[in-house]
Amino acid sequence: MRGFWKLTWTEIKLFLREPMAAFFTLAFPLMMLFLFGSIYGNEPTPFFGGYGSVDVSVPAYTAMIIATSGLLGVTITMASYREQGILRRLKATPLRPQSILGAQVIVIFLMTTLGMVLLVIAGKLVYGLRFDGNPLNVVLAFVLSSMSFFALGFVLAGLLPTARTAQIVAMVLFYPMIFLSGAAIPREMLPESIRELAQVLPLSHVVTLLRGLWMGDPWTKHLGEVGILTLLLIAGVLVSSKTFRWE
Amino acid sequence: MPGKPIVQVEHLRKVYGATVAVDDVSFEVYEEEIFGMVGPNGAGKTTTIECIEGLRRPDSGQVRVLGLDPQHDGYALRPRIGIQLQESALQDRLKVWEALDLFASFYPRSIDWQSLMEQLGLADRRNTPFAKLSGGQKQRLFIALALVSDPEVVFLDELTTGLDPQARRAMWDLVRQIRDQGKTVFLTTHFMEEAERLCDRVAIMDHGCIVALDTPQNLIRTIDAEQRLVFGVDGKVEPQLLSNLPGVTRVETIGERVIVYGRTDGFVAEVLNALTSSGTRFRDLRTEQLTLEDVFLSLTGREMRH
Repeated sequence: MRGFWKLTWTEIKLFLREPMAAFFTLAFPLMMLFLFGSIYGNEPTPFFGGYGSVDVSVPAYTAMIIATSGLLGVTITMASYREQGILRRLKATPLRPQSILGAQVIVIFLMTTLGMVLLVIAGKLVYGLRFDGNPLNVVLAFVLSSMSFFALGFVLAGLLPTARTAQIVAMVLFYPMIFLSGAAIPREMLPESIRELAQVLPLSHVVTLLRGLWMGDPWTKHLGEVGILTLLLIAGVLVSSKTFRWE
Repeated sequence: MPGKPIVQVEHLRKVYGATVAVDDVSFEVYEEEIFGMVGPNGAGKTTTIECIEGLRRPDSGQVRVLGLDPQHDGYALRPRIGIQLQESALQDRLKVWEALDLFASFYPRSIDWQSLMEQLGLADRRNTPFAKLSGGQKQRLFIALALVSDPEVVFLDELTTGLDPQARRAMWDLVRQIRDQGKTVFLTTHFMEEAERLCDRVAIMDHGCIVALDTPQNLIRTIDAEQRLVFGVDGKVEPQLLSNLPGVTRVETIGERVIVYGRTDGFVAEVLNALTSSGTRFRDLRTEQLTLEDVFLSLTGREMRH
């Protein structure tokens, strides 16, 4: 276990040394918060069902961070670790395969959580962020959504042949998804037709689930989202366990 | 007198699709020797060493390392062997000391990596990220990682590929030091000179098969190859003067340089006598020793492809 925890700690340090990853997971959502917060403020408005712009944006940006970690972080890290031979080198040690991958999942989950915590603190301190939900429910939904998207990242990393293609495909999936799903911009601002079309995107369900629970919805109102994300998680784990390659 | 067998390979075979990478290979590596597997790229060296390390599953055949089966007892074996892979890397921003600290934590028993860092000349690079290391420094770090668990056997795959001659020689000294500490070394290389200078015993591999296995000296002794005598002449020398000598097989002239081939030990004296008595002035005379390159050539009929 000592090796597993040392690897986890090492990967945390490496994550923070990687400017792009740290920027998109930790700094970029805060920049979005302050940018739109300074434009729209956080006054309650009927447009957002009696909530302010920041109140609806914090759970939505959390969904964006989850997509960043799962689609970009997991996919690109795993594909380039494989291509460079880092996975090969780690696998030639007494460390078990599940420890090598488990350390990656823990680190990316911690960083996703940190990104969310920073958003909540900044929203609270600067804009008086409103929260009407049950914290435990939101945490559970956050964990489920994160794991579903990490599984998706492992599937992509396994299917795509090179680090370069992994990066391109991850970007092509990521950018439309964060805008159309209502993660980066509130979905109230999107036309009805796009909102309906966006239901095919898994991230839309993360946004709906997190926003709903944030505003105090009961689980029973979101069984559909929970079902879809659970299926995505199970399918992702099954497919990636077949397609994941160490070299 | 061979020592205890550390690695035992019997009828190893590995196929990739239609390509037979390793075909019925058998050999043993003994305790505290430097055993080399040499051959051109694609001869099956890496596949063989990775089957022995337990990183690849053989299609058939038996492999035992320290009495263990690398496939079934892999996790019992790995703490006892050190591995340097031909194609691998570490995380770009991982510092030298962090890599050693990290890998030391993977093993139940590890040696003081600080002194290992000193011993391999990496102490002044302790805070350098992996991506900023030179080729030689990366290889030294990989050796350090292979040694950090104080293994009984060390596997080095194409250790000196990509290194300049000076770094390569420094690496040879390092490998000898590892053996002198009582460890067994199994290495692969496509440099014949490296195998000849460094290894106690050499297996020559070609197209997935071992074509010869012995000490470098014995391998050279057994081949029936011509020796070469090379010298320069002022002006010209009549080829018949030398090619008619009984010990000489053929003569080549390239400008002012003459190469005389012969098989018997006495042919050098015959050539010298003929030159002196005919009054031919010659300079820079040397005999060329046979090398493992010649062994490879005589066994396969081909030059080593680099």
